[in-house]
Formats: sequence, structure tokens, C-alpha cells
Amino acid sequence: MNNKITDQRAWLLVLPATFLVVFSSLIPFIAIVNYSFQIVFNMHNHSFIGWSTFHDALTNDEFRSALGRQVLFTASVLAIEVPLGIGVALTMPRSGRAVGPVLVVLALPLLVPWNVVGLIWQIFARADIGLFGAFVNNVLHINYNYATGTFSAWFTVVLMSVWHWTSLIALLCYAGLCAIPGAFYQAARIDGASRWAMFRFIELPKLRGVLTIAILLRFVYSFKVYAEPLQVTGGGPGTSTTFMTEMLTNTAIGQFAYGKAAAYGLLYFLIILLISYVFYIVLTRVGTSEGGE
Amino acid sequence: MTVRRIGLTLFILFLLIPIYWLVVMSFKSNTEITTQLTFFPNHWTLVHYDDIFSSGKWTGSFLHSLSYVVINVAITLPLAIPAAYAFSRYDFLADKHLFFWFLTNLMAPPAVFLIPYFQLYHSIHLFDTVFAVALAHTLFNLPLAVWILEGFMSGVPREIDETAYLDGYSLPRFFIKIFIPLIGSGIGVAAFFCFMFSWIELLLANTLTSSNAMPFATMMSSAFTASGTNWGILAASGTLSIIPGILVIWFVRDRIASGFSLGRV
Repeated sequence: MNNKITDQRAWLLVLPATFLVVFSSLIPFIAIVNYSFQIVFNMHNHSFIGWSTFHDALTNDEFRSALGRQVLFTASVLAIEVPLGIGVALTMPRSGRAVGPVLVVLALPLLVPWNVVGLIWQIFARADIGLFGAFVNNVLHINYNYATGTFSAWFTVVLMSVWHWTSLIALLCYAGLCAIPGAFYQAARIDGASRWAMFRFIELPKLRGVLTIAILLRFVYSFKVYAEPLQVTGGGPGTSTTFMTEMLTNTAIGQFAYGKAAAYGLLYFLIILLISYVFYIVLTRVGTSEGGE
Repeated sequence: MTVRRIGLTLFILFLLIPIYWLVVMSFKSNTEITTQLTFFPNHWTLVHYDDIFSSGKWTGSFLHSLSYVVINVAITLPLAIPAAYAFSRYDFLADKHLFFWFLTNLMAPPAVFLIPYFQLYHSIHLFDTVFAVALAHTLFNLPLAVWILEGFMSGVPREIDETAYLDGYSLPRFFIKIFIPLIGSGIGVAAFFCFMFSWIELLLANTLTSSNAMPFATMMSSAFTASGTNWGILAASGTLSIIPGILVIWFVRDRIASGFSLGRV
């Protein structure tokens, strides 16, 4: 990686891509920054109001409670999906005829459109027409209805996320595990290492790179979650499963409060960037300080 | 060994049973869906699929979704390949900053861009066309493709480039004759991810279209009406929406493991 040649003509190669990013990201971004300082009545009538939209966002209950729910959701799904994904990766066959079908089945939930993921869980978890909902209510005799119970709604939304995304972590870790040379395991076996010791001192350090990507991607995507919970719970009961994107969409399209939505959006984006950055630094540091590689 | 196998089997069942429920529901009549819980349909029916395939609105929306996905891949890859090559091979002014800036767009929540996109695509008269959605999806697909391809390209020793240049290859000729075939699997993986993220995205696709380029997902919400929900047609359309994904996975099944690691193991 460090034997790169310095050549400014390389800019010509990145120029087309840069133009597209300017078009699809920078220009809209400038528009958002512009709106965030204004109160917008309509496209021809808006006035500058300075920092008050940001002040509003930071003190506003709508924004803060959505952010709180978002953090709780992301923390829950990461806490379940990361260990489960590593576990699934460890159980996957490394060779033989089963490999292909197992990989295809695991990848399947990732390629289901997000609203259809919501639809699948909507009809699976309903008490009247859903297999899971009927099972919990009629066989386990637990009162479960995601449309009326806050706990039921959260349980459904988190379980759905586990169904949807654990495979991503499992597939990444599986690729990492497959890249470990067999000699490492043989050496460990000769030393009489336990299964746990093998995992802790051989597999986990080797997984650091892919786990960093996996956790970052899962953090970012869970923080942007929208269509799946919306389809199942509609953000309810009340606002109990209304997460950041839905709150933002409601503000922008439902209330036409462009200035407020722009300020919310900017803060939302900054929070994601900041946490991603911290994650990245921590995850890459942790591995090296333990001398994993 | 058996504990492992049981664990994996349970997880696979957990993944498959909800999908099974969706698929099997699509073959039941609406009365059967709402009145009884059956693990197999009492009477198999294709009426919901018939409703979908006989309606121009449904088939049209499916084609809209497929077209913006394909156009998106066709725009993204030709721009991402040279950019990824530059990032993997050269040091140039502000290269790290540029790369980071590209990646921040992968993290950007699309909801933030809703209003400016709406206005932008209106002002260039692309609103309600598949091109608007295809261009909008490059917001996250272009940085993703650059990132994946850069990973794969960095795995190719740069001695190969140098030898080719010494042999008198020009950059474009080297690219087409030698380099592209070498990173073929990386391009396949990048195309797979662009397809996937464009196919499953809903918010931008929904916002940037109305009737002329309505995506499949938006069409699906028409099954929820004031007089009740047409569960059968929802289940059938949901089943159909999974099929392109299955086909794409089938094509890349041999590379899926290395593909998901984005060439960075």
C-alpha cells in the first residue's frame, strides 16, 4: 500500500466520479445547510432565522426522544447481532456440498426489499393471520400484539432486525474465518489449546478487520432504519417505534417544516459521522494494543 | 460437531420460516388467510399472481424498479472503476480527504436529502423518471463501489501495471486488456452490491416518482385500502420482489463469501 506513485494526473481518473458526488451530494447538502438557517413558508417565501432551528432541535422533545429511541434500538440490535453473527459463522461448514446452499440461504434476507422485510414480519407476527403471533398468543398464552403493546412492538422490530441483518455479520466473519491458514489450528492443537482459547487468540484477532467493517455497516444501517419498522408498526403504538429517519420524514413531508427538517437532518448526519469515526478509531486501536497480529 | 449443526439448522429455520409463511400465503385465497391458520393452503390458488400479471400497473412498476436498478449499475461502475484505480495506485493532492468524503455519503441518511432531491430533480425535469431514482441511488452506491473495488485492486500487485507499461501498453489499453479481466470478480461483487442496495431502497425511489415511474414497493402500498387489506396480493407481490435477489445470489454464489468481505480479508 505504501508503494504508491505520486502523480497529480490521477485526479483525471477520479474527476468523473467526483462530479457525480458533487451533483448528488454536495449541491443538495448546500441546500440543506441553507434551509437549516431559515424558516420556509414555501419555495418563494422564506426568511433567515439563524441558529434557532438548531437550538430548537437540541431542546425539542420530538428530536431528543427519537434520538433516544434510535440509540436504544441500535444498541440492542448490535448487542444481539454481533455475537450471534460470529456464532453462526463458527457453525458454518467450510467445505463440502452444504456450503453453497447455506451461503445462499444466509444471503437471502439481505436481498429482500426493505418494505417487504416489514411485510414478511407484519404477516408473520400478527395474532390473527400470522404464524408467530398466533403461536405466542394461543400456544404460549402470552399476550402479544405489536399494534397495541409497546413491548410487543419493540420485540417485533428488534427480532425483525436480527432476522434481516445477522447474516451480514455472519457472512463477513465466515469470509474472515476461511482466510485463516490451517497451520494455525494445527499449531494450537499441538499446544493443547482449548476451543475457547483457539477462538480468543487465533480466530478473534484474525476477524478484527472484517468485524470492524461489519460493526460499522450495522451501526450505520441500523441508525438509518426506516421502511421495515414503518411497515410493521407504523412507528407506534404512539411514537414508541418512531426512529430518526421516520421522525425526519414526518417533519419534512408531513409538516412541510423544511427549515426544521434540514437542521434535524444535519444534526442526524453529524451524529452518524461522529459515532462512526469513534467506532472506527476504537475498533482499530483495540486490536493492535492487544498485539493480535 | 452435532451441537454446531443443530445451532446452524435452528438459525436457518429462523430465516426461512417467515419467508415460507409469505410464500404460502400468496397461494391462499383471501378468505382462507383471514379465517384460518393453515400451514398448507387448503385450496391452492394463483388468483393473486393472475391479478398482478394481468394488471399493467403492477407489471409496469416491476419493470420501473428493474430499470432504475440496471441504469444505476450502468452509471456507477464506469465512474467507480477509474476512481478506485486512482485511489489504489496513486498519491495525489487531497486523495485521503476525497476518499473520506466519498465514504461519508455511504453513511448519509437518505432522508436528509429528500427535500433538495425533490427540488433538484424537478428543476432538471427528471422527476418521475427512472433516471431520477438511478441517479439518486448513486449517492450511496458510488462510494460503496469505489470502496469495494479499491479493496480488490489493492490486492493486485502493482508490478503487473509496471510491466505492462514497460511493454508499451497505454493506460486505456492496459485497463481493457489486462486489468479489468484481473479484477473481474471484484467488479462482479461491486455490481452485486449496487444491484442489492438499489433494489431494496425505498425512501428515495418513492419520493422521486409519482405515477409514470412508480416503483414496485410503492405499488405494493396500494393493497392497503380503506375497505381492508388485500393480504393475498401483498403476499404475492412480496414473493415476486424476492425473486430478482435470488437470481442475483445464484449467479454470484461461488464468490459470495469473499464478496461480502469486500475484498478485505
